[in-house]
Amino acid sequence: MTAQLVLRDKTFDVEAGQTIRQALDRLDIVPETVLPVRHGKLVAEDELLKEGESIRLVAVISGGVEGFA
Amino acid sequence: MRCRKCGERAVLNMRQHKLALCADHFAEWIPEQTQRFIEKYRMFRPEHRVLVAVSGGKDSLGLWDVLIRLGYSADGLYIGLGIDGGTGYSAESQKRCEAFAQDRGLTLHKVDVAEVEGATIPEASALTHRGRGKPCSVCGLTKRHVMNRMARDGGYDALATGHNLDDEAAVLFGNTLSWSVGYLARQGPVLEAHADGFARKVKPFCRLYERETAAYALVRGIDYIYEECPYSVGATSLAHKDLLNRLEAGRPGAKLSFYLSFLQAKEAGLLRTESQSSADVLHRCPSCGQPTSVPEKCAFCRTWDQVRARHTVRA
Repeated sequence: MTAQLVLRDKTFDVEAGQTIRQALDRLDIVPETVLPVRHGKLVAEDELLKEGESIRLVAVISGGVEGFA
Repeated sequence: MRCRKCGERAVLNMRQHKLALCADHFAEWIPEQTQRFIEKYRMFRPEHRVLVAVSGGKDSLGLWDVLIRLGYSADGLYIGLGIDGGTGYSAESQKRCEAFAQDRGLTLHKVDVAEVEGATIPEASALTHRGRGKPCSVCGLTKRHVMNRMARDGGYDALATGHNLDDEAAVLFGNTLSWSVGYLARQGPVLEAHADGFARKVKPFCRLYERETAAYALVRGIDYIYEECPYSVGATSLAHKDLLNRLEAGRPGAKLSFYLSFLQAKEAGLLRTESQSSADVLHRCPSCGQPTSVPEKCAFCRTWDQVRARHTVRA
């Protein structure tokens, strides 16, 4: 009963049946920093992970910011 | 979780607003909020021409998309920095901007730094002492100069950048840690135009979380560059964002409250300083004509003169 979370080049095997947010908490990934995408569509973090599925985590933080540039 | 407006399945829960929305209502909510901030901070009016600085990322392309949807006359400005970093970062960024503009029939101005100034940003950084080996300082200096020149010369009423609340809160956090009062006094949603040649600069996304701007780009199907600038690895601003996000996770709304409280303090006059008034005294650079705080060549011209001189010697 596992699912996968994919963040950049890392794949995490997690238990299916829990919410995405619960899985993120267990992996110590701050939920504020990622957006879960299922089959190319954005989904809320309270969605339950289904067995065998792969959820892509889109990192939301962009690069360095300096002054007004 | 259900959309508060229609009851359909929500795609994003904004805990700081206690608001969950479906994709369609979220795609409407972002322009509504942006319009509210444009009016609240008196950024620009419907008859004004706006120049949007675009990098190919989610924030700037999302902002351009929102402004066009709101009916504003908004052109884009892309600055080619010549950053490769093993991923062809600048080339990929430019492609995204060009495709975005072409698909929507929009005007995109392009300025290639190496073509105009004779060296890429990483080359320029290696030839100067500025930035201690990292190109971010030369990059910021150059982008600010080019953006101001293009906005001023093009007769635009405002230069808009895609800075989001996380960007603003991270800068605020950094400046507060060091009590850089001069920088704190200048930070805000609007930097007013100056008669001596500074264009009016505005940040319509300044109260939107980075998570929201990223979600907007995904929901709208905007093809943006996911990769971060290769030189941003280890940047202090990213460390500050991480700290603030950990705070936010335990206390929803902490980032927004931090920024809004700062703006209120500023409005109440708590951040007026001597350094602010001295910075208001501007001179005209004898080389490029842009305003500068020193009665000689501006930092941009001095830096690039040095780059060209050393470039020639090496060649």
